[in-house]
Amino acid sequence: MNKPALITLKVLTWIACLYPLAILIYGAVTNNLGPDPTGRIEFATGNTALNLLVISLAITPLRQLWSRLSWLIKFRRLLGLFAFFYASIHLMAYVGLYAYFDPNTIVQDIAKRRFITAGVTAWLLLVPLALTSTTGSIRRLGGKRWNQLHKLVYVSVCLGLLHYWWQVKTGVLAPLWITLIMAALFLARPVLGWWKAKRVKTLSA
Amino acid sequence: MLIRKHDALSGSDIRSSEITPKEKWLNRRSFITAAAATGAVALGTGRLREILSPSSSVQAAGKLDTVKSPLSTTGEELTSFQDITHYNNFYEFGVDKSAPSQNAGALPTRPWSIKASGLVKTPKTFDIDTLLKLRPLEDRTYRFRCVEGWSMVVPWVGYSLSELIKECDPLPSAKFVQFISYFDKKVEKWQSQSQIFWPYSEGLRMDEAMNPLTLLTMGLYGDVLPNQDGAPVRIIVPWKYGFKSAKSIVQIKFLDKQPPTTWNDLAANEYGFYSNVNPNVDHPRWSQKTERRIGQPFYAQRHPTLMFNGYGDFVAAMYKGMDLRKYY
Repeated sequence: MNKPALITLKVLTWIACLYPLAILIYGAVTNNLGPDPTGRIEFATGNTALNLLVISLAITPLRQLWSRLSWLIKFRRLLGLFAFFYASIHLMAYVGLYAYFDPNTIVQDIAKRRFITAGVTAWLLLVPLALTSTTGSIRRLGGKRWNQLHKLVYVSVCLGLLHYWWQVKTGVLAPLWITLIMAALFLARPVLGWWKAKRVKTLSA
Repeated sequence: MLIRKHDALSGSDIRSSEITPKEKWLNRRSFITAAAATGAVALGTGRLREILSPSSSVQAAGKLDTVKSPLSTTGEELTSFQDITHYNNFYEFGVDKSAPSQNAGALPTRPWSIKASGLVKTPKTFDIDTLLKLRPLEDRTYRFRCVEGWSMVVPWVGYSLSELIKECDPLPSAKFVQFISYFDKKVEKWQSQSQIFWPYSEGLRMDEAMNPLTLLTMGLYGDVLPNQDGAPVRIIVPWKYGFKSAKSIVQIKFLDKQPPTTWNDLAANEYGFYSNVNPNVDHPRWSQKTERRIGQPFYAQRHPTLMFNGYGDFVAAMYKGMDLRKYY
């Protein structure tokens, strides 16, 4: 991929990633966030964080499937950091709009409510990944160790989905689609690995 | 006043500037909504109710003739008609809050009747038009608190359920009342979005059902009940979480034991049979100490939740000596 195309795509990615936030800010300024602004902010930010994590996790299987798409790797860090950004707003919105900055409420919620425990843990696991997202960190840690550390994103995503399932009412299936997509992406890795190994074997035979 | 009497309109001595443009007159419902949303604080609820239930000489289709009620809640800013009709939990029409406003048009509200059966002298059927005339319809503004943690202030129209129960002639052995909602898979195509066992069923203890606050509800903002809010007839139990207030009721059963109820069947640890609004008993997944008032800006949405939703003076005596942590 040539440089102008890459820059254009990066700009578009930035715009796409900032779009959900822009909508919220515009809604807040014009007092037009719907009947339940608090709920809207909390849902939109959490949902965007999960969606971005899913997209970032789709990059490796896509590259494995089509080597022509290998340039996608240049977007993974951006998507991951935006996912962390939205997860952080999501957390801050909880702290401000749900717990009203009351430390007791926050501690009790984390201790007593499993969906909050899962959500906070998912966010905490993203922190070291965001901190080590720089090229310098990759060099310092070494590619292998960096890779191992960043496997934490799988745990974080699973906890994020659990957080979603535990938050919705029993019998509500809203988190189903994203869970299925995530499951497909998880399965794609071993399946693609096996398929690749088989192809190499046939080629070398 | 926006709405004028017929005789005034027919007079020739009115200046044209005094005549309400037809378009505006036809849109008076949205004007009333806007007035309710913006003017509630400025005008105070007494004046507001005057606007909401104007002189009955002008009768539009669907407009209900109502009287004031001492049981109506005062001093609260009403939630807008727009929000009350576009933020609904009515899972037969989809699980999204906005889905019922889009889908509930499919609900056939005429003809409609409620069948009263079980422990009664003789089973009876009440047509909706009979119900509308059985007693004077009252304007009853109540706080509405959902178990999910949000709340509204809603100007309902109806009369005490006890009035209907008296007409049903229940036997002394009747200790509970069960409400069963309309259900038709072909009409309510969205029912499969959740794993609820339909039809929706709710219930009350007999004394709760007879409490004057328990409202047989047939209207909203002085008009007939919009479909998404449980048309044509529902109950409202203002001191309990919203799911206790069953919508679009087709059957009332009198029983000697506690009936099965929908959310309690689905997750008994989260939704008790009583489900009285209680800031001291948390939902397993969130605190019930506070609530988000619908329609307010995000920085001012949170309010403390009141015991029995603020209706303790009317209802606390019914639960004297009961452990409300056990019977949540």
